[in-house]
Amino acid sequence: MTTDAAGPDAAEAEGRVYNVGGQDWDEVVAAADQAGDRTSAERLVVNMGPQHPSTHGVLRLILTLEGETVTELRPVIGYLHTGIEKNMEFRTWTQGVTFCTRMDYLAPLFNETAYCLAVERLLGIEAKIPERASILRVLMMELNRISSHMMAIGTFGLELGATTVLLYGLREREKVLDIFELITGLRMNHAYVRPGGVSQDLPHGALDRLREFLKVMPPLIGQLRKLLDANPLYIARTKNVAYLDLTGCMTLGVTGPVLRATGLPWDLRKSQPYCGYETYEFDVPTQDTCDVYGRYLVRMAEMDESLKIIEQCVDRLSGPRPADDRVMIADAKIGWPAQLALGPDGLGNSPDHIAHIMGQSMEALIHHFKLVTEGFRVPPGQVYATVESPRGELGCHAVSDGGTRPYRIHFRDPSFTNLQSLAAMAEGGMVADIIASIASIDPVMGGVDR
Amino acid sequence: MTQENPADPAAQVDPAARAGEERLHEQIASTGMFGSGGTGDTSGYGGLRVRRALVPSAPRPYGSYFDEVVDALTGALAEAGPDFDTAVERVIVDRDELTLHVPREHLISVARLLRDEPTLAFELCGGVSGVHYPTDAARELHAVYHLVSITHNRRIRLEVSVPDADPHIPSILGVYPSCDWHERETWDFFGLVFDGHPALTRIEMPDDWKGHPQRKDYPLGGIPVEYRGATVPPPDERRSYR
Amino acid sequence: MGLEEKLPSGILLTTVEKVAGYARKSSVWPATFGLACCAMELISTGGPRHDLARFGMERASNTPRQADLMIVAGRVSQKMAPVLRQIYDQMAAPKWVISMGVCASSGGMFNNYAIVQGVDHIVPVDIYLPGCPPRPEMLLDAIVKLHDKIQNMKLGSNREREIEELEHARLQRLPLAAGLRGHGQAPNAGAGR
Repeated sequence: MTTDAAGPDAAEAEGRVYNVGGQDWDEVVAAADQAGDRTSAERLVVNMGPQHPSTHGVLRLILTLEGETVTELRPVIGYLHTGIEKNMEFRTWTQGVTFCTRMDYLAPLFNETAYCLAVERLLGIEAKIPERASILRVLMMELNRISSHMMAIGTFGLELGATTVLLYGLREREKVLDIFELITGLRMNHAYVRPGGVSQDLPHGALDRLREFLKVMPPLIGQLRKLLDANPLYIARTKNVAYLDLTGCMTLGVTGPVLRATGLPWDLRKSQPYCGYETYEFDVPTQDTCDVYGRYLVRMAEMDESLKIIEQCVDRLSGPRPADDRVMIADAKIGWPAQLALGPDGLGNSPDHIAHIMGQSMEALIHHFKLVTEGFRVPPGQVYATVESPRGELGCHAVSDGGTRPYRIHFRDPSFTNLQSLAAMAEGGMVADIIASIASIDPVMGGVDR
Repeated sequence: MTQENPADPAAQVDPAARAGEERLHEQIASTGMFGSGGTGDTSGYGGLRVRRALVPSAPRPYGSYFDEVVDALTGALAEAGPDFDTAVERVIVDRDELTLHVPREHLISVARLLRDEPTLAFELCGGVSGVHYPTDAARELHAVYHLVSITHNRRIRLEVSVPDADPHIPSILGVYPSCDWHERETWDFFGLVFDGHPALTRIEMPDDWKGHPQRKDYPLGGIPVEYRGATVPPPDERRSYR
Repeated sequence: MGLEEKLPSGILLTTVEKVAGYARKSSVWPATFGLACCAMELISTGGPRHDLARFGMERASNTPRQADLMIVAGRVSQKMAPVLRQIYDQMAAPKWVISMGVCASSGGMFNNYAIVQGVDHIVPVDIYLPGCPPRPEMLLDAIVKLHDKIQNMKLGSNREREIEELEHARLQRLPLAAGLRGHGQAPNAGAGR
């Protein structure tokens, strides 16, 4: 271990530099004591990430530490910037769904729905979306909320060192992903919600699977709660950690469970409902402790509420089929034409649909061709559509110039805004509490960086 | 644009003729092959020049809660700052959304009133986003602010337009600190400089990146893809339908 | 230092290769470079249903120094590329790379300014795994193929010979698209397409 050889002036200007070679921490401390350097001016700048197991993705934190206390925290993002918004300007409006779905990859259906609501508002067809499509959207979004919260709590446990919690969370999440696979064909990044409705109706057996799911989930959530709610280790690491009260949330623009843990029941599903949310019965859980433990409780309670909503969706979907049971808008100039069916070589256009467009209806063929190659045109204007994603208010600002491609799409991602509050939450706390703070915000870096 | 004196009946210009003249002075909005763009010319010669009409301020009544908001803002501005017509260039009501076009010098005062006035109470700012309209001479860069009022359950949008030659907008951090990273991102992607931001640096792109990627004059930047003997050009170089 | 310096040759080398290959493939520790959506499927692969622990791989080493396998799971942005290379460099030989997902293999659907069009621009890749995202079963298949590769990896002088042969074969290969031919190809090399 050596001290800086640049001379006394440099040492005063920059601070003494100790080169640590390993196994010599005692010497460093002794030398610092000797030199009288262990004042509060002794700072340590540490870099955490972007590759780090506990930062919820590629987030880089530059910490200034005094001992174990964090005096300054600067997050650096952009390590997952994909240029999704610009890429969407070169694709048709329907193809944009496949791009935006990959932003916040734990809640892909929310991204899709926000985007499709924006496109539908620009088109002026909000009132013409079939009711079944709206029910399916709500169903899928609430399922996604459960899978997202399960992943959030699971990785939260992993980061705190509780691997069991991860395995429980993943096990529950697999159940939801199975249902997604059954309904949409994919486990993640579904491209299921499309402008005008959803891409396909429920397959046979989906409702039974959903009912089974509704029976199985509550005891499993209960298991997780039994493990964590009153766990002294968990409480010690999460109570009064990462405090951010209502003023802080409002100043920093934070929404979602973090805001609801301060006591304010602001949930876009209740305040500015979309997709028919005003017709469902559910509560908005809140806590008033403003800390990590409160946010955890809010997320657990939200999962119960989601199950309630899913049950109501299943009831509505399983009644007698109404006359209009379309899942895509009737307007043939907008509604995505393809009907999919499972064939010998995988999921593809159903033979019935092919027979229809090739043999029975010239207009259907033309519409299919035009919609798939060129896409529909959206009248010029701009719109901001929001949904309540598991992380907060997800907004889609869509600008159209009258063409078949978006002119500009911008997503107001909740993780991007919520992550700004990390410094407010973690500065003054300990290094280990940073992990808990990040996990309680639950950022998904794909959404942060887009 | 012809000046008209409303008091002089002899000088009343036919509104249709005036609209036609205004349109001729507008910038060219789009060129290119394919697509009707509203005129129905499908010759595909590419010599088509479409002039986009300037959107005028929406007439009263606006509908929904927009009238209340605009009235409250007018009242607040009458007391505190510049009067409404200076502070707000245009009021657009489109698709059930209210947009206030604000010149950049009045942005901070309007935002502060929107936040502090109890009848307005727009506590949350969803962030800034930029839009680049290269054909909008002297107003190429737009910054769009979405505000939410939790107390009254309302949403509005503020839009500020600045020219490319002078892309400066005062930073709204003093009113809405939540726009910190959003302003950095808008600088990163569009080159909009927010005066007064304490640390306006790149946030998404690497620190030494050159150019502002989401501007319309910045290429998408893909590479051609080879597949089974054919080469597919990147998305921005393919033949496109308008 | 290590095994490679003290190798015999001939039959004895083949036996050593078998044993070393078996030992190496049975305890691969992944340095999970989970970036985006593929990282979620990677975590699911470590979960209870598709169990990475069956290979002894559930112990993901967060420090690259102790890792053998880097699974690049997700899109690599221009900002992340130097970090990726640094982590790869910090890993100790022998090391392998699986590029999981189409974004890591080739840039995927994001053919633009922000994404590196395939991590093989940055690190040498052993197994390319397509999918967006690939199912956990697909990742398990890729890992099994990698185990195959590790098991059959040659050592010492055999390895040098193998590298020479592989290089020669790659230099012979013509790209398929006409516009891309003529990049360092010998005029009469190879048997055409």
